[in-house]
This record gives sequence, structure tokens and C-alpha cells, in this order.
Amino acid sequence: MTTVTRAHLAEHIYSQVGLSRHESADLLEGVLEKIAATLEEGHSVKLSGFGTFSVRQKGRRTGRNPKTGVEVPIMPRSVLVFRPSQILKNGVNEGSGTKRMKAGREA
Amino acid sequence: MTKSELIAELAAANPHLLSRDVEIIVQTIFDEITAALARGDRVELRGFGAFVIKHRDARTGRNPRTGDAVDVDEKHVPFFKAGKELRERVNRNAGRKRRAVTSSDNAADRL
Repeated sequence: MTTVTRAHLAEHIYSQVGLSRHESADLLEGVLEKIAATLEEGHSVKLSGFGTFSVRQKGRRTGRNPKTGVEVPIMPRSVLVFRPSQILKNGVNEGSGTKRMKAGREA
Repeated sequence: MTKSELIAELAAANPHLLSRDVEIIVQTIFDEITAALARGDRVELRGFGAFVIKHRDARTGRNPRTGDAVDVDEKHVPFFKAGKELRERVNRNAGRKRRAVTSSDNAADRL
């Protein structure tokens, strides 16, 4: 399993579109920054065919330090959730996962 | 914000590019993340977050309407874990509001 990073994605943009490597990296950063800024304002970002990033408000609750068992209050906070689209979910299962499933059924 | 709004805003910020090119760029990014996950790779974007694949074992589920048992095959699900920087940015608004209340309380005390 390899890890895809910004550099890989920028290289991909460079090979797909006629932009310089530098500009490809800038544009990638621009896309990520735009998404981050929108989420920071509390708005969701819907990318059809990929998924939706949204901000969810969590209320105050009492947590526990799992090591010491001491109760600690967890303050109200905003958390980011990503809901993958059906297309992305299907894409993920058409990969190696599907092959493994088929092999399992035949066995 | 939708994908088309994202494209429009990026195109406005980059007047030297055709909006059609911006559209291809945005599409390329998300297509490549999808392709990477389909290959079983993980995508790690420091400061933003990581897209990973999680394995779910086969299980016996229930039809919520009828209560019948149904076999659910093992599967893989895409999962996004927000990076530290983005997590803090998203949570900053709530934090700022709390701090604003505290500082106005202090101001009230001083009066």
C-alpha cells in the first residue's frame, strides 16, 4: 500500500492539464484552502460524485481519561464529518476488495 | 458550497486560467483521490486530512422494517480523518465565541 500525497496529486494535474508543476501545486493548494475556508465558516462542501464535507456541532458531555478513570468535561465543539458519495463507495469496493470477496465466495 | 461554486470561485481567483481548465483540475484531483482509494492506497494531505479505506467484516444485518435477518457481505468503506490544522480551524469559531463571552465578563467585572 502506497500513500498518495500532495506531490502525487500535483504531478497528476501537471500531466493532465498543460500547467507548470509549480502552478499545478498552487492550484491544488487553492482547492484545499477553499474547502477548508468554507468549512471554517461552518458551511458544508458538496462535491458531486465524491462526497460531502460538513460541520457538525457536538454538545457538552462528560468524558473519562481512559488511563486514570478521572472524569473530564468535554466542551461543546464543532467537528468535521465526511460522507462519501455512492460513487466513491462503489469505486472503493470495485478495487482489490471485490476480488477478495469473489475469491471468498468461490472457496 | 457545491463543486460548481468551488470551480467558479477558483476561476475568479485565477483569471489567467480558463474556467474549463479549472474544472478539469478540480475533477482531476477528486478522480485521482477516488482512483487511489480504489487501488487500496491511502491519500494523506498534511494539514487537511487523510482519506483511508476501512475494512468492514461480513455481518448479519436486519431489515429495519421487517426485522428479517440479512447477510451483509464484507466490504471496504472510504473514511476521511481531518488533519490537526483543519480540525482546529473548524472548531475555532466555537472557541472564539466562548472566549468572547469570557472577555466581556471580565470587562463587566472591571466596571
